[in-house]
Amino acid sequence: MAANKKDPEDILDRSLTRRDLLRAGALGTVGLAAGGSVLAIPGLGQSSAAPAQDQATHHDMMTVGKLAPGSFDPGAFLTHFDTGNVSRLPSGQVLREFELVAEDREIEVAPGVFYPAWTYNGQVPGPTIRCTEGDRLRVRFVNRGSHAHSIHFHGIHPSGMDGAFEPVRRGESFVYEFDAEPFGLHLYHCHTVPIKRHIHKGLYGAFIIDPKAGRPPAREMVMVMNGFDTNFDNENEIYAVNTVAFHYQKYPIQVRQGELVRVYVVNVTEFDLLNSFHIHGNLFRLYRTGTDLTRYEWTDVVALCQGERAVLEFTYNHPGPFMFHAHQSEFAELGWSGVFLVQAPHV
Amino acid sequence: MSNVELPAPPENTSVKTSRAKPPVRPHGGLPLWFKGLAPLVLLAGLVALFLKVGPVGVFRQSFPPVEVLTIERIRLPAHGVMEVQIVNGGPEPVTVAQVMVDDANWVHRVDGSRTIERLEHRTITIPYPWVEGEPHTVSLVTSTGLTFTGEVTVATLSPAVDARYLTTFALLGVYAGVIPVFIGLLWLPFVRAVSRRWIDFFLSLTMGLLVFLGVDALVEAAETSALVPGAFQGSSLVLLGLLGTPLILAALGHWRGGRRGERSPLQVAALIALGIGLHNLGEGLAIGTSYATGEIALGTFLVIGFLLHNTTEGLGIVTPLADQRPRFRSLILLGALAGVPTVIGAWIGGFTYSPLWTTLFFAIGAGAIATVVYELWRLFGRRATGGLTAPLNVAGFLLGMVIMYATGLLVTA
Repeated sequence: MAANKKDPEDILDRSLTRRDLLRAGALGTVGLAAGGSVLAIPGLGQSSAAPAQDQATHHDMMTVGKLAPGSFDPGAFLTHFDTGNVSRLPSGQVLREFELVAEDREIEVAPGVFYPAWTYNGQVPGPTIRCTEGDRLRVRFVNRGSHAHSIHFHGIHPSGMDGAFEPVRRGESFVYEFDAEPFGLHLYHCHTVPIKRHIHKGLYGAFIIDPKAGRPPAREMVMVMNGFDTNFDNENEIYAVNTVAFHYQKYPIQVRQGELVRVYVVNVTEFDLLNSFHIHGNLFRLYRTGTDLTRYEWTDVVALCQGERAVLEFTYNHPGPFMFHAHQSEFAELGWSGVFLVQAPHV
Repeated sequence: MSNVELPAPPENTSVKTSRAKPPVRPHGGLPLWFKGLAPLVLLAGLVALFLKVGPVGVFRQSFPPVEVLTIERIRLPAHGVMEVQIVNGGPEPVTVAQVMVDDANWVHRVDGSRTIERLEHRTITIPYPWVEGEPHTVSLVTSTGLTFTGEVTVATLSPAVDARYLTTFALLGVYAGVIPVFIGLLWLPFVRAVSRRWIDFFLSLTMGLLVFLGVDALVEAAETSALVPGAFQGSSLVLLGLLGTPLILAALGHWRGGRRGERSPLQVAALIALGIGLHNLGEGLAIGTSYATGEIALGTFLVIGFLLHNTTEGLGIVTPLADQRPRFRSLILLGALAGVPTVIGAWIGGFTYSPLWTTLFFAIGAGAIATVVYELWRLFGRRATGGLTAPLNVAGFLLGMVIMYATGLLVTA
């Protein structure tokens, strides 16, 4: 697919004509095969050779360049669920064992922009932990960072397993053990003071407890809404889902026409009171916190404060590209913006 | 000639003794050129060593590098295009990773490597649909996440170097500088006719004007120097211009002028014109820049303001010529020396504003004016009407300052 070779770095290379791009856009709707490559999308039309005040498109409001090789891949993170090492306790209860290691690492939050993060397992967000209600969780936490850290899981657990009053010092470790309840979409994050800095530096992740009977089969993905205060002025310079600004706009998320899509959305954005999730050309069924299996609302925008989360389900019946983004335009323009590319079934 | 090496002369020795030939200083076996160059050779060797093996451990720190980017100018050469001119005035190379316009990431092109070495310049072109008459901000995000922000106060098309703009800026300079100075020169018949007492009054008034202009130039230089990228040391430039100019002018006076550097009234007038001209060059730069960036509109009010403000400068030039009969050609040259730099400044400022040159020109202007004030002071010394502290002259001096202050109200945006 020659059309898929269009690189975002070439956006300012005006050698391609507008007609070339429209043709490329037409080809862009063929097949799901082009995983990871950038699709030229008709809806995201290209700037013309002579820029003017009426020529800007969504292709212009964008970061430039590519992530360094070997960087955290939001594309892989999106659909990766860590279910732990599974065994059974003598009682027959399922035991899931996890290891989370806190370490300092520089991460790339937009191409070429590096941020001195504190991470769980070297990535921001930390791994998405997934289990079923009633499982016994045993999470071994090792602190290899430069400060004291902890893990505070949302959900129901004994006091000593809360991570709030048990900071784990540098070089030390701690084992969190509790039963997974209730089912729903939760999160975990560091609860060491100063909390604001420990969270915005990157110590957080999604925590999914599935209901015993499960949810209907769907294409599932995790989106952690986050932001980065790269110059430490207590305001975010970069917004994203899953850390990298505009990643899913440059590399659209491909879904099939007619299939059920389920998005686990968690908001950990620091400094701003609210963040939000909006999809184009469709509405989603909203399950707040995912703790109830009856839908709360049928809508296309949900606002979440820090720590709030929601399970969204929707099905696209029209093929083509559809944007999803924060409905705070400022956040969308600073990176929290992406595209679902709905593929028509093969003929 | 220094005589500190001499032993203290006896109490009653006449001063002439100190003019005795200095004793021959002890002279080692090494040649003089070697003694002069040895420290330099050693320094060069040390620098070479540092460049080769790198600095010793104590200089290496784990803290992140200090990044200093200066946005020198944001041009709007066409609708839908922004051009950001930047310079790295900091100690370390800086990499521009992303660009945000009005808090939105935007595509852009850099005319060279994204990594900008110390003192290097770059231009970043952004296809951004800016809005006529509204403010915009541009933030550069470096690889370490630091942001450097520049503002467009009022968005309007930046002038391109073409006949229309050259004419506009030339007219701007003519209105603000040339015409008022020449009008001021027309006071020559008047100052020639008034009595000696009143000539001194006008000389005092001229000093008042000049002190005001000099302080104005110095303040402008100091303010602009804050915008000069750190590595170019704006405040040192102010000092260089302020002290260097009078010293050079004094040296020139020794060379040109007769004994003890005394100057003829025409020379004093020429110096005044030069000082005012340098001040007007800086003023032209400021006007051109403000106009080009849309910060001032060239309204009737402003032109009238400059006319009134600068007409008094012409009076300042002709006052020292009160008892002379200068040739017509000399007067034209004096007027041109004081007024034309405004045009040149407006041209430069309109197209390529540089805080560095503006700082230097204002500082040189301040230094030149300081010289002129000193010359006028000496001129007073040679006259016998009670000096500057005579009541009438004090009134003249103060009136000069008050006139500049009052007319300045008209041009301070």
